[in-house]
Formats: sequence, structure tokens, C-alpha cells
Amino acid sequence: MKRIISILLENESGALSRVVGLFAQRGYNIDTLTVAPTDDDTLSRLTLTTQGDDHMAEQIVKQLHKLIDTIKVVDLTVGPHIERELMLVKIKATDNGVRTELKSCVEIFRGHIIDVTPATYTVQLAGDSDKLDAFIEAVREMGIMEVVRSGVSGISRGDKFLRV
Amino acid sequence: MELLSGGDIVIRALKDAGVKNVWGYPGGAALHIYDALYRQDDVYHLLVRHEQAAVHAADGFSRATGEVGTALVTSGPGATNAITGIATAYMDSIPLVVISGQVPLTKIGQDAFQETDMVGVSRPIVKHSFLVTRAEDIAETIAKAYYIASTGRPGPVVVDIPKDVTDPSHKVPYIYPREVKMRSYQPTDKGHRGQIKRAVKILIGAKRPIIYAGGGVVIDNASEQLIALAKALNYPVTNTLMGLGCYPGTDPQYLGMLGMHGTFEANSAMHHADVIFAIGARFDDRVTNDLDKFCPHATIIHVDVDPTSVSKNIEAHIPIVGTCTSVLEEMLAINKDLDIKPDTDAIAEWWTQLDQWRADKGIYTASRYEESSGSCIKPQDVIKMLYKVTNGEAIVTSDVGQHQMFAAQYYLFDKPRTWINSGGLGTMGFGLPAAMGCQLAFPDKDVACVTGEGSIQMNIQELSTCSQHKLPVKIINLNNAALGMVRQWQDMNYSSRYSESVYEDSLPDFVKLAEAYGHVGMKITHIDELETKMRECFAMKDRVVFMDIDIDRSEHVYPMQRPGGSMNDLWLNKTEST
Repeated sequence: MKRIISILLENESGALSRVVGLFAQRGYNIDTLTVAPTDDDTLSRLTLTTQGDDHMAEQIVKQLHKLIDTIKVVDLTVGPHIERELMLVKIKATDNGVRTELKSCVEIFRGHIIDVTPATYTVQLAGDSDKLDAFIEAVREMGIMEVVRSGVSGISRGDKFLRV
Repeated sequence: MELLSGGDIVIRALKDAGVKNVWGYPGGAALHIYDALYRQDDVYHLLVRHEQAAVHAADGFSRATGEVGTALVTSGPGATNAITGIATAYMDSIPLVVISGQVPLTKIGQDAFQETDMVGVSRPIVKHSFLVTRAEDIAETIAKAYYIASTGRPGPVVVDIPKDVTDPSHKVPYIYPREVKMRSYQPTDKGHRGQIKRAVKILIGAKRPIIYAGGGVVIDNASEQLIALAKALNYPVTNTLMGLGCYPGTDPQYLGMLGMHGTFEANSAMHHADVIFAIGARFDDRVTNDLDKFCPHATIIHVDVDPTSVSKNIEAHIPIVGTCTSVLEEMLAINKDLDIKPDTDAIAEWWTQLDQWRADKGIYTASRYEESSGSCIKPQDVIKMLYKVTNGEAIVTSDVGQHQMFAAQYYLFDKPRTWINSGGLGTMGFGLPAAMGCQLAFPDKDVACVTGEGSIQMNIQELSTCSQHKLPVKIINLNNAALGMVRQWQDMNYSSRYSESVYEDSLPDFVKLAEAYGHVGMKITHIDELETKMRECFAMKDRVVFMDIDIDRSEHVYPMQRPGGSMNDLWLNKTEST
């Protein structure tokens, strides 16, 4: 099953490569990865998604925690959580019919058209990964030129939070 | 405040970290540090002949003493040569600090002369690593390195220092931190009390228990507590290859080593046990054999300081994360307070069974191999003779292969930190430099390196280091003119097609070779001269002696687990199996 793992780590050089290296070394796959400093710029928040059963997820979390630079690690998938991913899609839009259809599709998915040229529309869309997948399927026929996805960011619902 | 250059700070910080000796090899990027070393007397440096040996020697020193070992190498090839040594220490959880010179910060990434991304290259085989970018950070980084290396599950830490950071003309204030605190690193010490109580109850309730103790007990100096618990309960104990010595090899409750070349009684006890108390061991594939057939009746209590080792290969019913010492002490206290006692009848019955296994097929109740005669010297008999001549009190290092297994089986280690071998990585070439580290730590003790003509040639240049630094180790070379363990597998699995495992007549004359280095060489070709010569060897307290012993070339190591079987599916000799 899909796992969303959230990590708080020291914002130091080499910290990210240790996380990524661990996955390669232990034979786990990373499906998506996002990382950026937090409000405290000595800390980075990293979210990654991977596939694995409970045993594997437990090992991954423990192995990540063993890295000296990691401060906290949680598997968000074990509790209620929110996931969001940002996607930018450039679509061929020369035909008026296509432009109209695309605009309504963007509206249905609650996206935004953020760049327009006579030949293209660039759409911005945020949501969980399934929603982004669905949008791609919906506009595929129109002629997708480029897709950029940020990878999943996640946060747990309710009172729980990840902080030092 | 005292102002020092980066190079001076490195050496001063080593001194303040309690380091007395460093093994290393100089080179361009490390020259400022080496110059600082020259101008002081607190830290003693031992020049090796290859950086791999520097790390193994520091590792051997650490294994023998429990202190953190230190190696110093230059950038590029110096750093990459150290890699095998670092990986060896990593696999066996040995605390080391390896300081590597690096090209100047301004040259990093330029493919400069002798540039290697040491932090990158070593990343999968270190506990942690640092690239120091300011002279002001050196002392704190070194303090952190020793703290990380020696706490929690120990391991090697690399500190990579660019040459310009050690520039003698750039002086900065020297401050060595009084204590190290890291918000991202807080190793577990004490185990969960409730879990420990449950574990004690299950252990006491066992009818066919076994204590399975590994290298963690050695590393955490928990032998005394382990012995106390085993004695209080009268339970049998088996040690892993890494754990040898943590429970006395001559004690009647000791069943011998377990695993691939473990004893029949230890492997059978594991297979039939109803409770396995695993402490400081990690259910390695060289122990368990086929995981699906592993110990089908057992409730497993697993104590380890590293949470990732618990339930990694085998699901633990009672997982306890904590140091071996603290958990054992707590167990002993709980055991005292509880009013339940082991079922003595069941335990007596279990001992009857264990003694039966020992008598039937154990390697300590009878010789399970054809004994030596004339010029046919059995390797097992050489190890037994080594045990006899050294009164079982030597520090024995080994390389990797058949000789390692024979030493593990037939030298009965009564004390921890006396059996020094590369268990996890299986590094040929480990034995001689590791022996140098042990001899440095214990100048008055007999240090024997049990090796083979294959392994010894992987770091034989260190015979020169032994001369320079007066390290009178004794080399027991079990010479069968072949890579014995490889050949054994080729016998068993490849119809004796000896692909690249025999040396034919290419071996050097080891006696002359030893003499060329200024040492004593001995050639043994007859069983009758073994004892006299070996006594002569160990009587030469201040000399390196190389005993080249021609052994039976056809001998195999038994018992040996049959691949794909359970723990007690064993070959007992070339024709017999369980």
C-alpha cells in the first residue's frame, strides 16, 4: 500500500542524500519526494511516498530514525491525514472548442489557468494524487505538452503535529 | 583564549577526546595535520603500510579494549583505501573515528588531484560523517564524532577535513566542548520496564529455553550480567560468531557457537526451543538458515540497542530496545523479586536432551574428524594446540575462511574481547592489522593471528609495521595452498571444479618472507613438531613469529547447515547429515 512518510531533519548539507541513499541501500523505492526548510530554518521537512506492507513501513521508519540527522519520523498513513500535491500542466490549446472544454474542466477540478498563449494553456492544480491523476486522464485527449508534479506534501489531521 | 591552527586543533581535540594512539598514513591533503602531530607528544601515531590496515588496526584496538579506535588518512586513494576497513567496522558495530584529509574547499568539485567525495563514498557504511568547512568547527565536530561512534549502537564516523581548513597560518580560538548534546541523536539506554517484566515471566515459564547471545553483549560489556542470569536460571547458552567469549566457552552450560558452522547441540537446542532469549544478536542469515523454517516452536524475546535490528529478519514476540547491560540488570532484579521460579523438572529434562545431543554428535565430546598423523596435520588440531600452548588466554584474531571457523569452534574463549574477527563483512586481510591493534593495547599478552595463506597475503605488508612499532604478534598460518572455504563450497556444490581457488606452486616461502621483514619464520610439516615449535614461538615474547603450518588440504569445516533447511539441518561430515 501507499505510504506517506514525513521527516523532520536537520537542515544541513548531506542530510537529504543520507535519506535518499538509505532508500537505495535498503532496496526501497521512493515514488515522490518533497523537501524544504520549515519556519525554523535549521530544520527541513521532508515528505516522501513509497509502497510497502506494515513490516516494511516499520523498518523504513526505524531506519530513517536511525539516521543521525533525522529528528522525527512518522508514517502519516497510519492515522487520519491530509495530502496535497501541486501540478502544472501545459496543454495544447489552438482550437476554440478545446479552449472552452479545457476551461470548464479546470473549473470542475478547481484548478487555475495561470498562463495563456495563442497555442497553449498552462493549468495549476492542487489536490491529492488521485485527483491530479484524474485530471490528467480528463485532458489527455486534448494534447498534454508537459506535466510537472511537486510530489506529495502531507500533514496529519487534528491535534497531532510534528515539531521539535 | 588560546589560538590554534586547524591542524593543531585536530590533534589537540584528539587528545581531549582521550585518544592516545592513531593509526595512519600521511599524504598531501593531511600534511598540515601530520605537521601538528610531529610537534607534540600526547598522541602516538603508528605508520602502517596501507590505509586499509590502519583502519583494521584501529578496529582491533577498539575490539580488544572497548575504546574508540582512531585512524588518519589522506584524501583520494588514502580515503578509498580506508573504505574496506570502515565497512568492516560498520558491519560489526565497532566504534571508530576515521579522519580523512580532503582537497582544499576551493578545489572541491574540480576533480582536483587526489580528490574523492569521501562523505559520499563512505555514506552507506558509516554511522555518520562530517565535512568540516571551518577551523572553528573542528573541535566540536571531533567531539561529536567520538560521542556518536561510542554511544547507542556503536559504529564508524568519518570526519573529512579539507586542507585549507587546517592551514597553519590561520589561527582561531580553541574550545573543546565539555559535553555533547544533539537534538537529533538521543540513543536509547534503558528498555521498557513492562516489557522486561513480561520477558522475565516468559523466560521463567520456559520448558526448553535457550539464551542466544551475540556481539552486542561483548560491545556493551554485559558478560557478567549475562553469566549471572544464565546461572540463576540454569539455562543453556549459545554464542554467535561475534559473541564468542561473552559467555565462557568452557562453562558446562555453554553449548558452543550456533549457525552455519555451529554445533549440533546449539542448533538443535535453538530449533526445539520453546523460548529463545536473544540478546545483542541480530538473527543474521548465517545463523537462521531458511527463515520460514526457523525455530517453529519458539516464543522470541529480543533485546537490542538498535530498534532496526528488532523484528528485521525474525518477528520478536517480546521486543525490548535497550542496552544489554541495563536490560540484563533489570531482568536480574525482577527475577530476584518474583516468587515464580523455573520449572526445575522441565529444565532437568531439557538438559538430559541437550547432553544427549552433545554426546551423540557434539564436537567437544569426541573428535568428529580423523586426527592428525605424520605429515597430515589437521587444522582443528592446530587450533587445539594453540589453545593448549597459550592456556586459552591469548587474544586470537582471525582472517576469513575455514581457519576462522576452526578457530571459532576449537579455541574456547572464556573472556569477551579475546576473539577478534570480521564477522559481518567477512574481510580477508583483517587478521594481521587487527592483531597489531590488540598487541598495542595489551603489550604483555599473547596475540595470535590465525590466518590462511590466502588471507594473510591481503595485508602481509604490515609485517613491516610490526617491525617499526615493535608489535610482536604471532602468526599461525594454516596453509592448505588453496582458498579453503571456497574450495569446500566447490567440493559441495560444484563437483570439485576448483575454479581459481588453488595457488599451485605460486606461494611464497613464508619463512624467508618473515625473515626478510626481520622476523622469525617457522615451517611445520609434521604433527610431532607442532607443540615444540609452537611453544618456541610463544616463548619469543618480543619477536614476530610467522608459523607456516602445512595442513591437510582436503579438510572441510563441519558441522555445516544445509542451505534451505532449518537450523538443525546439518552436514556433520563429508558423508553424514542430520
